[in-house]
Amino acid sequence: MNIKAAENEVQATDAAQKKIVNDFSMVIATVNGSGSQTANLALIRALFRMGIPVSGKNLFPSNIKGMPTYFTVRANKDGFTARREKMEILIGMNPETFDEDLKDLVEGGVCFYPDQFEVPETRDDVVFYPVPVKQIIKEQNPPRTLVNYMRNMVYVGVVSEMLGIEIGEIREALETHFKGREKSVELNMQIVDASALWARENLFKVDKYVVERDNQTEGMIMLDGNTAGALGTIFGGISFIAWYPITPGSSLAEALQSHLPRLRKDEETGKQTYAIIQAEDELAAIGMIVGAGWAGARAMTSTSGPGLALMAEFSGLAYYTEIPIVIWDVQRMGPSTGLPTRTSQGDILFTRFLGHGDTQQIMLIPGNIEECFEFGWRSFDIAERLQAPIFVLSDLDLGMNLWMSKPFDYPDQPMDRGKVLTAEDLEKIEEFARYRDVDGDGIPYRTLPGTDHPKAAYFLRGSGHDEKAFYSERPEDYVANLKRLALKYETAREYMPKPVIEETEGATVGLIAYGSVDPAVKEALSRLATEGMKIDYLRLRAVPFTNDVQEFIRKHDRVYVVEMNTNGQMHMLLRLEVPDQATKLISLAHNDGLPMSAHWVTQAVLELEGGNDGQ
Amino acid sequence: MDNKAGDKQVKTKIPNEIGLIKADYRGRPSTLCQGCGHNSISSQIVAALYELSIPPEQIIKMSGIGCSSKSPTYILSRSFGFNSLHGRMPTVTTGAVMVNHSLKAIGISGDGDTASIGFSHFKNVVRRNVPMVYIIENNGVYGLTKGQFSATADKGLELKDAGVNPFMPIDICMEALISGAGFVARSFAGDPHQVKELLKAAIHFQGTAVLDIVSPCVTFDNREGSSKSYRWGRSRKEPLHDITWVPKREEIQIELEPGEALDVDMHDGSQIRFRKLAHDYDPTDRMSALKLLEDSRNRGVLITGLVYINEETPPLDETENLVDLPLTQLSDDALRPSKETLDAFIERYR
Ligand SMILES: Cc1ncc(C[n+]2csc(CCOP(=O)(O)OP(=O)(O)O)c2C)c(N)n1
Ligand code: SF4
Ligand SMILES: [Mg+2]
Repeated sequence: MNIKAAENEVQATDAAQKKIVNDFSMVIATVNGSGSQTANLALIRALFRMGIPVSGKNLFPSNIKGMPTYFTVRANKDGFTARREKMEILIGMNPETFDEDLKDLVEGGVCFYPDQFEVPETRDDVVFYPVPVKQIIKEQNPPRTLVNYMRNMVYVGVVSEMLGIEIGEIREALETHFKGREKSVELNMQIVDASALWARENLFKVDKYVVERDNQTEGMIMLDGNTAGALGTIFGGISFIAWYPITPGSSLAEALQSHLPRLRKDEETGKQTYAIIQAEDELAAIGMIVGAGWAGARAMTSTSGPGLALMAEFSGLAYYTEIPIVIWDVQRMGPSTGLPTRTSQGDILFTRFLGHGDTQQIMLIPGNIEECFEFGWRSFDIAERLQAPIFVLSDLDLGMNLWMSKPFDYPDQPMDRGKVLTAEDLEKIEEFARYRDVDGDGIPYRTLPGTDHPKAAYFLRGSGHDEKAFYSERPEDYVANLKRLALKYETAREYMPKPVIEETEGATVGLIAYGSVDPAVKEALSRLATEGMKIDYLRLRAVPFTNDVQEFIRKHDRVYVVEMNTNGQMHMLLRLEVPDQATKLISLAHNDGLPMSAHWVTQAVLELEGGNDGQ
Repeated sequence: MDNKAGDKQVKTKIPNEIGLIKADYRGRPSTLCQGCGHNSISSQIVAALYELSIPPEQIIKMSGIGCSSKSPTYILSRSFGFNSLHGRMPTVTTGAVMVNHSLKAIGISGDGDTASIGFSHFKNVVRRNVPMVYIIENNGVYGLTKGQFSATADKGLELKDAGVNPFMPIDICMEALISGAGFVARSFAGDPHQVKELLKAAIHFQGTAVLDIVSPCVTFDNREGSSKSYRWGRSRKEPLHDITWVPKREEIQIELEPGEALDVDMHDGSQIRFRKLAHDYDPTDRMSALKLLEDSRNRGVLITGLVYINEETPPLDETENLVDLPLTQLSDDALRPSKETLDAFIERYR
């Protein structure tokens, strides 16, 4: 124990009286590439298994090695898991950023650090626990190649001991992580046990933060949205994926790559019932899925902003030629480099009109892990029903970070393959016209290439075609086609996931948000409620909007639109939707690369409604 | 030539093996310029497929954007067609044939479409060996946008509006070869017989078959001196072989003249028969092929014929280990794993 820790002893007694249970934000500051992932996952999984609501967010630079990187664990007994702007516990493993990192600790916060670091004078309101990382490693003498990883296991042991995280759950978590590779588990546990023992014998607890077993995560699962989305597409019958690597879209395709072989192999032959191609660029990736969608397969790509930009021409073509495809855009900051590994909701407007000419694209916006899974399969049903490209707009925070989730519901309806005519169907009809509105809903019938019937074929081209898909530059053909597409867009509203609305008795103020900001908004609303503010909340899940959205806006005196971009993109779309209500809509848009915090939302609302957030 | 010109013979009315007459393979009337090389290639595609008795419903006609890319409209009305985006034909074709490998894809592209805007797709489709016939109707100019130089235009070529081209041309066959293509042919729209036989062989090739066909643009680049003109093609062409595609079942009937012909077996049991002409050339040797192309460029001649063939690389559907049934024909049960599978799978996230 160093002098600082000893000084802290004075507070020990009242600290013990006012202990804070299952409520903290813990930041692990490391150097990128230092192999801290296993350690961080062990900590968060152990907390999760102890029944405490948690989230885990990786705030990482666009770098492989050498830059500072942060893993944030938020544990909260009330189930609030949005990013916090302040932290209660710092595991400061990065000497370069140590002084700076300390600044974000709350008063009375805790800092674990390797004992060779100098502690700055600035924070005498913080509890410091120096840890002899080098010495413990030296004594335990792990294999040379693993020393870097094992250093991280030292803090796992010490922090677990000091907070009360059960070592048995750390072991379980490591067993899951190493998928039963006992030797790896034992090596890591040796360090964890030794470090915990050292802490028990050498550190005296003087901080207030403790962890106690709870039962709030029973039956829950924890994973990232990209994995959930990938699983959703698998249970949606995906059979073709083309993609080009880009953070944060890659891990969705990579999850498919790792899970498809298990889930979608033909049992008899061992052959694949899907194809996955890493394309030469995003132009190729979308081109391939357009070809596959046209030919009748459920085809998907995953990308992020820069890739989406390259997909503009094909998106327009797919819209005009009416080809079902699914494009996952896991949004990030843009353009180019600078903040490429930071989160954003900045592609809303771009996607909405993606393509040249008069395009109106359809977007599904998942706001949690279950919805990533659900929209994974549902997007194919909608795409094939509407014969249109469907954009699923996730973001880096939802896509790559760890979120708790209810276990996934199996699709509750059979696959909707849409209006497809087979050879037998063709036999029964007089004439097939690819772009004719037979049913009055704007959705035409299609045939699939290879359909063995002389009436089946049609020739597909972009803007200029008549009902029978013949080349046409006649003004009336173009206008008629666009009119039908507009009708189809109206029909699309029926197929969109409805918004989720949470009403409060007597509220006259509304708030609209979407996607990954949901936890921050919910937490903010609960804080605002304690200030006596009644606010109804509508979470959008799709564009085009369903009627509920209009109704919600009309019903309230003013409606805040919270989103994670700078220009208030959804706010603009909503104003276009209800121009006569436009002045009611107030934009609360903020994007600095970090996931939205409850504090920001609370403060922003209070500033306009009058008041101050206490956080 | 328009696409009816090659059909004068009486045999057009004779049904082929699947009972279709030649008219069943025709497309809509061409709107390209009279005399455009692209039209004579269209005629040969119609003739080859009719003679091969391939059901038009099994074929997909794929293209990008350009005069050349318009030609799928002028062939095979009973086939599905996709006039896609400038340069992107190979990508769309890849997706379509991967999900339905029973389709026979014929891609028609231009030199602008392939050697400029879609160059990377061209190289990659060849590298992956996507099963398709890839025809480049090579005229050295951008026809549809009215006469700009393309990347295959001769160095020093002077065009009315574009001026003098200062750059070396890209050699499409060479590019295909160095990307690992297993079927590389060069031909000339003014040699219908050779075009047709090469097409037949290409259709029976299991991977990407690249056909670089010099196809003069009579409106913008048919000047004397241009290597993409009719005159140049006619006077400088040097066929490598007299080439015939031999279907499997005729094998025994064909008379062999020992020492004169080289037969290359195709994957499906058919053969390509090379009858020696002036050159003593082995189309199965990649180094010779590269040398041949470089040499013909230096000598200023148009080498035509099958420059290279190698059936060893598996086509992409095989590389990807796809089930035999086309993916588009799989039942919903095969596509969507069971509820039990889902419930068991998510256990790992607890
Ligand atoms: C993205 C894009 N850029 C430019 C064009 C304009 N464009 C149309 S055809 C063409 C060139 C066609 O040349 P080539 O492929 O050689 O075909 P040709 O007309 O000579 O047969 C161009 C540049 C386009 N359609 N799309
Ligand atoms: S402009 Fe040239 S390439 Fe285009 S149709 Fe006319 S001759 Fe053919
Ligand atoms: Mg050209």
